Amino acid sequence: MGQLSGPTDPTADAHWEHSHPRKGFFTDTSICIGCKACEVACKEWNHNPQDGNLELLGSSYDNTGALGASTWRHVAFIEQGQDRIVEARESGRALVSLGMPRIGPPATASPAATDLAEADTTPPDTADFRWLMSSDVCKHCTHAGCLDVCPTGALFRTEFGTVVVQDDVCNGCGTCVAGCPFGVIERRADGSVKVATSRNDQHAKHPAVPNAGIAQKCTLCYDRLVADETPACAKACPTTSIKFGDHDDMVETARERVSSLHAQGLTEARLYGANENDGVGGTGSVFLLLDEPEVYGLPPDPRVPTADLPQMYRRAGMAVAGMAAAVAVAFLGGRA
Amino acid sequence: MTLSEFDSFRPSEPARRRRREGKRGPGRRPANGDGSREMPMVPEPEFSSYYGRPVVKPAPWGNDVAAYLFLGGVAAGSALLGLGGQLSGRPTLRRNARLSALAAVSAGAVALVKDLGRPERFLHMLRTFKVTSPMSVGSWILSAFSAGAGVSAVAEIDRMSGSRLPLGPLRSVLRAVEGPAGFEAAVFAGPLAAYTAVLLGDTATPTWNAAHEELPFVFVSSAALASAGLAMVTTPVRETGPARKLAVLGVLGEVVAMKVMKQRMDPVAAEPLHQGKAGAMLKWSERLAVAGGLGTLLGGRHRGAAAASGLALLTASALTRFGVFEAGLASARDPRYTIEPQKTRLAARRAAGITDDAITTGG
Repeated sequence: MGQLSGPTDPTADAHWEHSHPRKGFFTDTSICIGCKACEVACKEWNHNPQDGNLELLGSSYDNTGALGASTWRHVAFIEQGQDRIVEARESGRALVSLGMPRIGPPATASPAATDLAEADTTPPDTADFRWLMSSDVCKHCTHAGCLDVCPTGALFRTEFGTVVVQDDVCNGCGTCVAGCPFGVIERRADGSVKVATSRNDQHAKHPAVPNAGIAQKCTLCYDRLVADETPACAKACPTTSIKFGDHDDMVETARERVSSLHAQGLTEARLYGANENDGVGGTGSVFLLLDEPEVYGLPPDPRVPTADLPQMYRRAGMAVAGMAAAVAVAFLGGRA
Repeated sequence: MTLSEFDSFRPSEPARRRRREGKRGPGRRPANGDGSREMPMVPEPEFSSYYGRPVVKPAPWGNDVAAYLFLGGVAAGSALLGLGGQLSGRPTLRRNARLSALAAVSAGAVALVKDLGRPERFLHMLRTFKVTSPMSVGSWILSAFSAGAGVSAVAEIDRMSGSRLPLGPLRSVLRAVEGPAGFEAAVFAGPLAAYTAVLLGDTATPTWNAAHEELPFVFVSSAALASAGLAMVTTPVRETGPARKLAVLGVLGEVVAMKVMKQRMDPVAAEPLHQGKAGAMLKWSERLAVAGGLGTLLGGRHRGAAAASGLALLTASALTRFGVFEAGLASARDPRYTIEPQKTRLAARRAAGITDDAITTGG
């Protein structure tokens, strides 16, 4: 058993003896155009079945809704007015002025970390409204809640530091679904999708839903990684918003990108998951966001539940002792 | 009521968000939604979320799992009562408690298997032993408990049937091991009652996770009062003295632990415990537990009163389990319960000068 929280190398923690570098994504949402090529490429490569009933959600151009058992990339789409843009810029500026200690070598490539109060905040394009688009994906956490609580060993840490479900081992107990602080992993339903009767003949041609009743999520294209290939979503991304590579390089790229955006006055830019001191020990998939994480449906302060497990076991131990004591008192306290 | 012909084009009044059901003042009028009353110009403060969609996913567990929480508790307490009966020379209590333990644990195990996505793979639960997975630890506890509870209950069944079970030479073995088996089941009984609290606490489901410090105490108390209640239903009063004491201790434990739990939890994460179906179940659970406890104290020596109190206690325990279970699922379905407590704790840490552990960083 490795560490339950804090900075660590997850591959070494999982007792991999060779040293593959940890792989990960850097999703730069500032250049995402919301084309959903990543969603499509992911579905096709992984043979993921139809999710839901092709209904329109009516909230935005995003009709996928959320990550799920059959949706391993999800492009969020948010429309915001000017007041919200100003708020985002202020909250981003506040993050920089917190003076968070940087991880790794001191910043050489970030001249912007100087004084942002004087920075020119004139937006490069329209100031009236903006569209935020962000391709969400499994975070492949350093301390993965799903992996920790999996009772069968179906979830495992790969040599690339990613977290993958073994379809032939998982028995669909669902503990991982509740264990994920990001709401990523989900148990796949039996796939009894209702289609309009007009498409019935089409539907008859659909293959049976694979892996029904089993927890499913992004594998970071494990099958492609072992063949030294780029994951399907990153390969398909037309704007390089989804970047793939060694985790350390991704974090470094992300830091450079955020400082260059800050230098342009876009103080709303911030990184999500690049801090190895956070509640999940840093994520394998790093994001550059342009507003608070909850706007994108991401938790603002996720914490892997297993970090508190030793304390929970201690409390449970005390409770067991209390129960035993109560029974002993009941029997030994004289005949009632 | 329409004042002008254009009133029909007014947007209907938005439903106001009710923070706490059951606390509506008498002076608050219901909105009639026809736009005839002035609408609030300032919207109620909203936390931001992605179109109100949940952040975390609720566990895909049905009522089977809630039923298991209850049955596992009944089985655990019954095994302890069985051991007590065994050691203190109360043969009827011993017999009934052992049979109850086996029946409850079997029904519970069936419920658990039924709830799996792939029930035919239930044995994969014993494929490995993982300390970090309360589900794995619990599967082993449940297996170990079932072995002891099964052997001791089969011995009782054999005795009740006048040694008619086709055991052959194994009968003497069974007679020799039934005592140790009852003891072994009792050893795993406490962990069986408590691990489910860890299982729920060790999730990202806001209400369960926020309750992790006190939930084990709530669950073992609930197990104690439920199993004592069952013994009071099944067993004549001359042998249920210890069960009555255990019932009263269980009621005290549960009422106190639940109060402390609700107070120490994040107030927002505790809300689902007070609202809706879960809130109603927990309210009735407390009432029934207190009523059952009082009934046990006052009329426990009377067979009918004891049985009625026992039934009240069993129902109270079931309601506690279903209430806590439902509250957690409800907290996962509403993004507010994930986002608000997290923002509060992040702000508290920042206010305390800890600025290096946020997932969002400026560079």
